[in-house]
Amino acid sequence: MRFMHYSEEEGCKVGANLLNNYGEAVAMVLFVIGFGNLMLQSNLIKKIIGLNIMDTAVYLFLAEKGYITGRAAPIVADGVQSAEAYINPVPSGLVLTGIVVSVSVSALMLSLTIRLYQRYHTLDLDEISLQLKKEGL
Amino acid sequence: MSGQMELEFVQNFPCFSIMFCMFAGIISSAFKEKIARVLNIAVLTVNIILSAAVLLFTVRAGNYVYVMGKFPAPWGNELRIGVLEAGLALFFCVIMLLCLLGGRHKLVQEVEEGKQGLYYVLTDLMLSSLLALIYTNDLFTAYVFVEINTISACGLIMIRQNGRTIEAAVRYMIMSLLGSGLFLVGICMLYDLTGHLLMSNIQAEIGRIVAEGAYRPPLLVTIAIISVGLAIKSALFPFHAWLPDAYGYSTVSSAAVLSSLVSKGYIFLLFKIIYRVIGFDVFHDSKIVNMLFIFGLMGMVFGSLSAIKENDVRRMIAFSSVAQIGYIYMGIGMGTQVGMVASVFHVLSHAATKSLLFISAIGLTDVSGGSRKFIELTGSGYRNKCAGMAFSVGSLSMVGVPMFSGFISKLLFSQAAVQNEGKMLPTLIVLGISTILNAIYFMKTVIRIYTPVDDVEYPTVSWGENKIYAAVLLCFVALNVFLGICSQPIVDLIEKGLGMFA
Repeated sequence: MRFMHYSEEEGCKVGANLLNNYGEAVAMVLFVIGFGNLMLQSNLIKKIIGLNIMDTAVYLFLAEKGYITGRAAPIVADGVQSAEAYINPVPSGLVLTGIVVSVSVSALMLSLTIRLYQRYHTLDLDEISLQLKKEGL
Repeated sequence: MSGQMELEFVQNFPCFSIMFCMFAGIISSAFKEKIARVLNIAVLTVNIILSAAVLLFTVRAGNYVYVMGKFPAPWGNELRIGVLEAGLALFFCVIMLLCLLGGRHKLVQEVEEGKQGLYYVLTDLMLSSLLALIYTNDLFTAYVFVEINTISACGLIMIRQNGRTIEAAVRYMIMSLLGSGLFLVGICMLYDLTGHLLMSNIQAEIGRIVAEGAYRPPLLVTIAIISVGLAIKSALFPFHAWLPDAYGYSTVSSAAVLSSLVSKGYIFLLFKIIYRVIGFDVFHDSKIVNMLFIFGLMGMVFGSLSAIKENDVRRMIAFSSVAQIGYIYMGIGMGTQVGMVASVFHVLSHAATKSLLFISAIGLTDVSGGSRKFIELTGSGYRNKCAGMAFSVGSLSMVGVPMFSGFISKLLFSQAAVQNEGKMLPTLIVLGISTILNAIYFMKTVIRIYTPVDDVEYPTVSWGENKIYAAVLLCFVALNVFLGICSQPIVDLIEKGLGMFA
C-alpha cells in the first residue's frame, strides 16, 4: 500500500470534490488566514483576532460536515422520531465544546495582553522583546 | 476484558485519580495556601499509590477499557488502561511530587504572597489533564485536555511576575495555540473520514479505508497535520523559539514540570495516535516519519549548538531540552518498534534527568548571589556540595555515561539504528556529534562549578540546611541510577505496553 501514488483519474476526482464541498474549502482558506495572522502579526490584538478566525474556521468545517441537505436540526419536533429526519448532532456538540475552549483561551490571551500593555505601553510583541533586552533581566 | 464484565475495584482507579486531581484543583481555589499545599501533596501521594496499584493490575491481567457513563462503545467516552499508561502515570506523579517539593523554597521567594495557593490549583489541574491525556481513549477528550494542559502550563510560567515571564507566556500560548489549532483540524478531518471519535473505532475504520485504497490524500494530510500540531506543542526543533524563555525565567518547579512532563504528555499522545488511531503500519507508510526523523536530527544538533553558545545556566539546560526532544522524535522517525521503545525510554530518562538538572541548578545559583552567569558560578559546587553532586550526576547522565539513565537511552537508540538499514548511518553520525556537543557544554559547566576560587564572597550551604531540597535531589539521583542500572525490566515493561497498544 503506497500513499504517494496518484493516478490522473484521482487528480480529477480531487478537483470535482473541491467544487462540491466549497464550504469545507472556504473553511480551510479561513483557517490558513487565521493561522497566518496568529503566527506572523506582531500586534497582539491582531494575533488574537487571527486565533479567533482560525477557531471559527474549524467550527465552520465541522458544521459543514455535520449538515445533511434537506434535514432538520437535531431537536425532536412534531413527534418525528426517525433518525433519517435529522442531521448528525455530534459535530454540533463538538462545536459547542470547541467554542468553550476558544473563549477561555482568548480570555487568557487578552488578560496577558493587558498585563504586557500596562508594563510596556505597546501591543507590539517585537518591540516588547526589544525593551526586555534593554532591561537586561 | 470489556466494560460488560464485572469490574474489579482496582479498575476504577484511573478514573478516580483524574477526578481527584480535578476536584482538588477546584476546591483548593477556595482554601488558604497552606491547605492547598497539603491537599496538593496528599493528592499526588494518593495518585502514586493508585497508579502503582493499576500498574500491578495491568501487569497481571492485561489491558482493559473503562466505560465512562452508561453509553457503550461508538457513542460513549472511554478510558483505556494498559501497562504503559499506568506506568507513565505513576512516573509522572512521582516526578511532579519531587519537582514541587524541590522547588518549594524558591516558590515562596519568587511568587507574590497570596498567589502561591493558585500555584497548587494550577498544578492539580495540570496533573489531571496529563493523566487524562495518558488514559483517554477518545480523541476529542484528548483535545479538550490538551487545552486545559496548555492553559495551566501558561499559568505556571507567568505565576512569577516579571516582564520576561509574561512575554514568555504569551509566546508559549501563541505557539501552543497554533499547535492545538492544527491538532483540532486533524481530529475533525479524521472524524470526517471515519465517522468516529473513539481511538479503537477510528483505527478499525482507517484499516478498512486503507485496504480499499480510498481517501489517500486526505488521510496523508490528516496524519501530517496531527503530527505537526503535536510536534509544535512539544517544541520539536524549528518550533522551539518559546522554550528557552519559558523554561529559563519561570520559577524552578514550573521549569522542571514543563520540561519533564508537559512536553512528554503531548509526545505520549502522539505515540497513542500512531499506534491506536492511525495504526503503526499506515503511519510508517505515510512517510511522515521521515520528516519527524529529519527534524529530530536537526534538533539534536542545533539545540546543542545553541546550548553551547548560552551564557546563562538555566537557558543552557532549556536548550538542552530541545536537543533531547530531538532524540525522542528521531526514535519515532526511525519507524521501527525498537526505535519506539527507545523513544519511550528516553521520555522517562529525560524527565528524570532534566528535572534533576533544573532543581540542582537552582541550588548552585543560590550560592552565587542569585546570578546565573557562568563566571559567577565558579566554585559553586564547593559552596553547595549537595546541588553540585546532583548537577554532576545529571550532566553525566545527559552526556551518556554508563550507570546513568542517559547511557541506556543512547544505547537503545543506537541498537535501533543498527537494525534500520536506511537510517543507520545518519542516526549514528548525528548521535555521535550530539553526544560530543552534550559533553562540551555539560562538562564545561561541571568543570566550572568545581573550579576552586580563592576569594569566596558568597555563603556556603551545608547538606542539612534545606533537608527537603537535599532529600529531593537524592531521590532524583537514585531514580537516575535506578533507570540506568535496572533498565532491562523497564524496557521489558515498555515493550509489553507497546505490544498492548497494537
